[in-house]
This record gives sequence, C-alpha cells and structure tokens, in this order.
Amino acid sequence: MSEISLMLSKIMPFIQGFIYPNDIELHWGILIVLYPYITGLVAGAFILASLARVFNVSEVKATYRLSLLTAFAFLSTATLPLLGHLGHPERALEILFTPKLESAMAMFGFVYAWYLMAVLCLEIWFDYRKDIVLRSANEKGLKKIFYTVLTLGSKNISSEALALDEKIGRVITIIGIPSAFMLHGYVGFIFGSVKANPWWNTTLMPIIFLMSAMVSGIAMVMLVYMVTQWLRKKAVDMPCVDTIRLYLFNIFLVDFALEMLDLIHRIYAAEESFDVLSILMKGNLFWTQFVGQILVGTIVPLALLALTFLFKTSPSIRKSFYFVSAILTLAGIFFMRWNVVIGGQLFSKSFLGFTTYKLNLIGIEAYAAIAIAILPFVILSALIYILPPWEKE
Amino acid sequence: MKLSRREFLELSGKSVLAMLALSLPKKLLAMPEEMAKFDWEDYYWGYGIDIEKCIGCGKCVKACKVENNVPDEPFFFRTWIERYVERKDDKIEVDSPNGGKDGFPELKNKKDIKKSFFVPKICNHCEHPPCVQVCPVGATYKTKDGVVLVDPDYCIGCRYCIQACPYGARFLHPEKRVAEKCTLCYHRITKGLRPMCVEACPTGTRIFGNLKDNNSIINKFLKTKKINVLKQHLGTKPKAYYAGMDKEVR
Ligand code: SF4
Ligand code: SF4
Repeated sequence: MSEISLMLSKIMPFIQGFIYPNDIELHWGILIVLYPYITGLVAGAFILASLARVFNVSEVKATYRLSLLTAFAFLSTATLPLLGHLGHPERALEILFTPKLESAMAMFGFVYAWYLMAVLCLEIWFDYRKDIVLRSANEKGLKKIFYTVLTLGSKNISSEALALDEKIGRVITIIGIPSAFMLHGYVGFIFGSVKANPWWNTTLMPIIFLMSAMVSGIAMVMLVYMVTQWLRKKAVDMPCVDTIRLYLFNIFLVDFALEMLDLIHRIYAAEESFDVLSILMKGNLFWTQFVGQILVGTIVPLALLALTFLFKTSPSIRKSFYFVSAILTLAGIFFMRWNVVIGGQLFSKSFLGFTTYKLNLIGIEAYAAIAIAILPFVILSALIYILPPWEKE
Repeated sequence: MKLSRREFLELSGKSVLAMLALSLPKKLLAMPEEMAKFDWEDYYWGYGIDIEKCIGCGKCVKACKVENNVPDEPFFFRTWIERYVERKDDKIEVDSPNGGKDGFPELKNKKDIKKSFFVPKICNHCEHPPCVQVCPVGATYKTKDGVVLVDPDYCIGCRYCIQACPYGARFLHPEKRVAEKCTLCYHRITKGLRPMCVEACPTGTRIFGNLKDNNSIINKFLKTKKINVLKQHLGTKPKAYYAGMDKEVR
C-alpha cells in the first residue's frame, strides 16, 4: 500500500455521510493555503507603498521602502508552495513554455513574472539607485563589487538623473497598482471560477481576495515596521502608524462587509448545496470560520482599532493596540485562506458527506509549510541588510 | 525436443485456442476490418447506464481495475457503484463500500425502505469538460471522437482538474503522481472492442456505442428511454446518459 493510501485509510473513520470515493483525498493542503496568503501579503504591502508614492500620503513615507522590500521578500517565496504540491515539480516550467490559455492557472507564471520583474524589481532598483551608487563608491572589497554589479553600470546621480528616477518610479507604481490587483484578484479567480465547488464558486471571490489581501499586507507592514523600529531602538513614527491604522480599518470594514454579504447571500438563496455548507459551517469549520476568522481575526481587531478612534489614548496604548490588532488580523486572514481552501474541499461534491483534513504534523508537508512561512522573514532581513530602507529618513 | 507435462498442456491448450480462433468467422474476431483503419472523425462515443438493470454486483469495478491497472485501494476509481436507499421517512442513505467492487452488505431495517437502487458512475466525458478548461498545460484534452483523456507524460500533477470535475471522476495516481480517470478504455474502443466495464456487466446495465451511427445500440437506447444526465444545471453536457435516474441521485 502506498503512503497516501495508508494516510487515507486513517481518514476513513472520520468520514461522515456519503462521499464520492475519489473525493476522500483532500487534494490541496496547507501549502495551497499558504499560496494565496503569501501573494495577498505581496499585493497588500505593495498597495501601501503606492499610497506613499502615487497618492502622496506623506505620513506613510516612513514605511514606503519597507513595504517594497516586504512585498519582494514574500513574492520571492510565492512559487515555493505551488512547486511543493505538484505531483511532478520537474515539469513545472511547462506552465510557462506550453501554457493553455484557456486555463486560469496557466496565467500564473506570466502574472508572477510580470509582477516580479516589471514591477517590483524595477521599482526597488530605481528607488535605491542613488544609495547603490553611493555604496559602490564608498564600500570596500567584496561589498564594493556587489554594489557595483547592482548599479548595472548606471552611475549617474546628478539631480536630473535622480529626478528621472523619481518619474520612472512613479510610472512603475502606477502600472504596479493594477498589476497588484491582477496578481491577487487572479488568485481569487482560480478558486472563484471552479463551478464544481459551490463554496468557491462566487464572482465575489476575486474581490474578497483582493480586499483581504490589502488588509493582510497593510497589517504585515505595520507589524514589520513596529518590530524593526523596536529592534533598532528607534521611536515609532506615530502619525505614520495612525495613518496606516486608518487605511487598515477602512479596508478591513469593506472586506468584512463583502464577506458577510457573501455569507448572507448564501443563506438567503439557500441553493442545492446549502444543507451541506451549513453543516460544514456549524461543524468542521466552526472554529476556524466563526471563532478564528470572524471573531478573533476580524471583530476583535476591528474593535481595538475602533477604540483608538473613539477615545483619546496615549501613544503607548495605541501602539500596543495596533500591535495586537495587526497580529490578530494576520491570523484572521490566514484563517480566511484556510477556510476557503481547506473548507472548500471538506465536503464531497455529492453534497452528501464530509471528509477531513489531517495535517500530518511530522510530515514533510508540515515541515515544508513551516519553512516556507519562515523564509520570507529571512529574505526580508537580508534585504534590509543589503538595502537599508531607512536612509531617507 | 523434450516437453514437461506442464509445457505440453500449455502448448496443446494454445493450439486448440488458435484453431478455434481461425475457424471462427472473421467478424467475431477482435479487430473487424473497418476498425483496422480507425478514423476518429467517424465516431462520437456515448455511454448509457440503465439504472433499473444494475444489481450492484461490482463486476464492472473489478474488471476496470484489472484492465486499467487502477490501484486496488478503495480511494481510486475510474468507475464505481453507489447504492441509494430511500427510507419511508424520506431519509436518504448512500453508500459505496470499496466503490461497490465487492458488492454491497445486506441492508438494515428492510421494513422501512421506500425504494433502493444502484447507480454506476464513470467519467461523463463531458461535451464542455471543466477539467479540460482548467488544465494549465493542456495535459487533459478532448479527442475528436469525444473522449476526455489525460496525457501522463505531460501532466504536472497540479490537481486543478480534480477540483474542477463536479462528478468526482478523477484522482491522482498515488505512484505515477498524475491525474487519472476513465478513458472509456480508449485502447480497446479504437480497436473495435467495448470498454471493459460494459463487457463485464452481466445485466446489460452499461451500454456503449457510436453516437454518429444512427443504428448503434447507444442511439437506440437514447431513442427508447427517458434519459437524464448528472448535474445538468452545470452546463457540462455529460455524455454518460442515465435511464431511470431518481431525483435524489447526485
Ligand atoms: S466527468 Fe469530470 S473528468 Fe469526466 S469529462 Fe466531465 S469534468 Fe472531466
Ligand atoms: S493534474 Fe495534470 S491533467 Fe490535471 S490540471 Fe493539473 S496538469 Fe492538467
């Protein structure tokens, strides 16, 4: 018996009702939960960066570069969970070489490459060009070589050249905003377009994914900013985090409203799949959906943020409120991804029964997921070391 | 030449079979002449299932697993049988132990059964197959003669097609790590043979034939029976046609 079959036979006792025999295996696991989570963080962080650049929200300038680096760190790991879950990872590049254009998934490679190369890399490079050139002049030894290579031979830092950099950077950001929307809205479409699955199949899916992406990305940057300031023993720029809070709160409200709209619509329309979905929400998904996602991951952070609007509070209290709500928000969005990806596979397409998902805690999949979750932070630390985001302060 | 007893028996058996085969009229042999030059433009395959005839013996499931090397474990099926039981209080019970391969256990509380029946399932070889639509590399495709197939040398194992199939007809092969499903025994039908499940069914529940041929058994089936398909509202246009299907069937 193969390893998978052994695992599946352990699942057998947990099956409720009738499930198509081929549906017993849950095909997309924790890695595919991580994938939309990570791309969401990328899109959200980028949009926060764009606020500073395109809409000239000067308060959030302090986090502009940090947002870009955060987006880059997460984007560079976004392909890993996908690769990890393929039956034949060695054939992965076929998606780029022989894509079938009709398939939503086939676009992934192009959307990804476009976003990484045409948007993020370019924007970071133009923004850091002056710093890189200065470093290539001032550093010694290996470091000098490294930064010289990074200049790509463009060493002119006259004020006209820098003005041009600024202009190009702006244009890239303007292209980048719809690209970020595309990157994540598209991930939502991968799920939303599966008509076989009523839990996924809603036109709201891309837009809900997009909103929640912004929420998670903004929360992540706020958290990273506060933590790095603390590590550097620097004061947190209060107008900056206050402004971020404003965006976080408003976008979160819209996101929450959309999700509730979707839920209420499902309950009101009560289509064929309603019975099975309501059992799902009352049972297997109760903890991750109502407790994890809605209560702890949405209502509590929203309430905490609201309190900071309603009452005059000292910066230190606000900071701790922001910190806690950022963490809860990130957890809430993770639960949301979990509920979509795993939740959507817990019931059989027969609508007559349920399977279950056992994350093999010492299994290779769990290790891979943990590694992939840690990796962006390692990359981010390296990036911060190579291209310190705070020199402009 | 010295032959052992066993070899002698084997040889004589084979020669008898060969003589028998030669004496049969050509038409009954595996490959009728017209099939030798199989042209897929001439065919469009359809599959019929007469629910009232199915006795749930599971011979088709067994035959399919052997013919197509489907892993023997109860999680991988190219075809399987479901049993529906409607109780007098309108409660529906469905089961498919080991895909119905070994038949079904005796029903409990027989007195309050309103009705019960078996439903064989296969890939519907949909006219508008969502599995083909979603495959990012084109490994899942539709042939000109209307069969949905997977190219195992091309499939990257992303499982998107498995998610997209509304009928649970697909699985990921545990060793080959590629998507798998019913091929209508494409290796047989292009040689003029019937799919193995149709061959194995002792009651004639399963019917198979060319939709382009007016006189084919499948067209007769479609003309004489009241036909339904699974999950019609999804617009996949299944080509597995069911006669006598109850509204409870999912
Ligand atoms: S039944 Fe499923 S696997 Fe078969 S063609 Fe239709 S969607 Fe594809
Ligand atoms: S698992 Fe294979 S056949 Fe199915 S969508 Fe992915 S690449 Fe295509």
